[in-house]
Amino acid sequence: MTGVVSVENLSVVYDDFRALDTASVEIGAGESFGLVGESGSGKSTLLRAIAGLAPASEGAIHVLGRELRGSRREKAFYRAVQMVFQDPYGSLHPRQTIDRQLMEPLAIHGIGDGERRILKALDEVGLGSGFRFRYPHQLSGGQRQRVAIARALILEPSILLLDEPTSALDASVQAEVLNLLEQVRRDRKLTFLMVSHDLGVVTHMCDRLAVMQAGRVVERLSSADLVAGRIGEDYTRNLMVASKGFRRKTA
Amino acid sequence: MSALLTVEDLRVSFPTRTGVVEAVRGVSFTLGRERLGIVGESGSGKSQTGRAIMGLTPPHAQVTAKRLAFDGIDLLSAPPKLRRDLRGKRIAMILQDPKYSLNPVMSIGKQIVETLWRHEKVGRAEARKRALDMLAAVQIRDPARVFDLYPHEVSGGMGQRAMIAMMLVAGPELLIADEPTSALDVTVQLEVLSILDRLVAERGMGLIFVSHDLRLVSSFCDRVLVMYAGRIVEEIAASDLANARHPYTQGLLNCMPVIGADRHPLPVLDRKPEWAL
Ligand SMILES: Nc1ncnc2c1ncn2[C@@H]1O[C@H](COP(=O)(O)OP(=O)(O)OP(=O)(O)O)[C@@H](O)[C@H]1O
Ligand SMILES: Nc1ncnc2c1ncn2[C@@H]1O[C@H](COP(=O)(O)OP(=O)(O)OP(=O)(O)O)[C@@H](O)[C@H]1O
Ligand SMILES: [Mg+2]
Ligand SMILES: [Mg+2]
Repeated sequence: MTGVVSVENLSVVYDDFRALDTASVEIGAGESFGLVGESGSGKSTLLRAIAGLAPASEGAIHVLGRELRGSRREKAFYRAVQMVFQDPYGSLHPRQTIDRQLMEPLAIHGIGDGERRILKALDEVGLGSGFRFRYPHQLSGGQRQRVAIARALILEPSILLLDEPTSALDASVQAEVLNLLEQVRRDRKLTFLMVSHDLGVVTHMCDRLAVMQAGRVVERLSSADLVAGRIGEDYTRNLMVASKGFRRKTA
Repeated sequence: MSALLTVEDLRVSFPTRTGVVEAVRGVSFTLGRERLGIVGESGSGKSQTGRAIMGLTPPHAQVTAKRLAFDGIDLLSAPPKLRRDLRGKRIAMILQDPKYSLNPVMSIGKQIVETLWRHEKVGRAEARKRALDMLAAVQIRDPARVFDLYPHEVSGGMGQRAMIAMMLVAGPELLIADEPTSALDVTVQLEVLSILDRLVAERGMGLIFVSHDLRLVSSFCDRVLVMYAGRIVEEIAASDLANARHPYTQGLLNCMPVIGADRHPLPVLDRKPEWAL
């Protein structure tokens, strides 16, 4: 076990539905690893299981050399590992201002200098200080997602679990956020585990990726192989074809 | 082509602590039985434009227009009851945040059935069947399982499709789809687009397709409006998107990560203050 994040044969079962079925991924220090695959295939569940938000019924999770059991995570875990959720509205508190939500993690971890950090975090994600005292419902979808990213970065974690971090953003803001993520990864030697259904985004951001289908990892490959078409599974090949855009079937 | 929807000089503004936010600043367009794309920067007013047409603007906000008419009905002067009746039945909107828009304490299937019952008198078994068929139509793999799940028990893409199923079940004439496929993997995305495409082609539905995915919009829609800071800055035939004139549109096209292109960092937009004038 050499990875910073290592998931071995992990299963998550709801009633008798296997959302995750003996899935394994191993991510090295400073690596950016992608997860792609069909909707409902268990990508979010894998990230949530690492964060202690989905119940693992078998298998093992190691993060930074420590085995994580059950759903309890220590304070130090959240300092080191932050997650950006797929659904930014759900993950922001509806009745708290942006300022308060950015302040909270700082307060929990006893970090001072809040004012400066908040302004910096908002600036980093391209939101001016005018947004600081707004509530989530006063923001557009993309603006909310940027707040969620700012909140994850403000604690300066070493591992980021990113669930579709830019799917709510327009291309121009997406480019800015992807550049920002790449830059902080380089500067702070972060490790990323990133879910995206956009193969352009995944191959841009990640060195290696896993393809998931029905709770299982069906293929692991490098972005370079994917781009060059060195693909083992038909399902992965279909994803590549579908990435080319909509084609009207002519009758 | 007769206009299904006419929007003339639509404006939406919000009073806030730090002054008035003008979210939509004079948007005009007409829509026939066609696929109209709206793209634009995050925060440019795409969703608020859709919400104003639906009558879903928050009460404290101000909506004005020289004309806002659906099938000859003046929406701004229509009595609330008429607007409620239109909403869901003749005009439907797939909202951008599926999980937030779904009722968290009601199962997915029940929500679709309730929506159907609001607009049609059908028996219990028939309603259930229609809901299951609709879930299958949006490519939900196991409709019977998903029917009984609550919103927090489905994945992002499943929630989005449940929302689509709910909006389509009553057979609307105008559908406003706000980022309807942004949480879907590419293969499912294309299947959902085919469904919408068929509804336009076969039933003559009018579709407003809000998306930030230019590649998708240009391959799917007939016409595209480009919004920036609350205004339409450009209108182009979708097939002609590559020849866009406005620097914002050109910039958008250029900053997408492309499979196989190795561009680090990605080019970003150099926003000019005059774009927002
Ligand atoms: N609390 C729960 N109860 C029951 N089933 C659940 C629960 N949470 C997740 N599931 C099921 O687990 C499966 C995997 O969900 P998950 O959110 O991991 O998918 P995903 O790969 O992230 O999909 P998407 O791309 O649509 O976000 C889905 O079929 C979902 O219905
Ligand atoms: N209740 C509100 N109070 C104040 N401002 C608001 C409110 N709701 C929306 N806004 C502002 O209105 C503007 C337009 O928002 P809208 O949701 O229409 O953007 P959008 O184009 O859909 O963006 P996105 O692509 O990010 O979803 C944004 O700048 C947003 O911050
Ligand atoms: Mg997911
Ligand atoms: Mg929006």
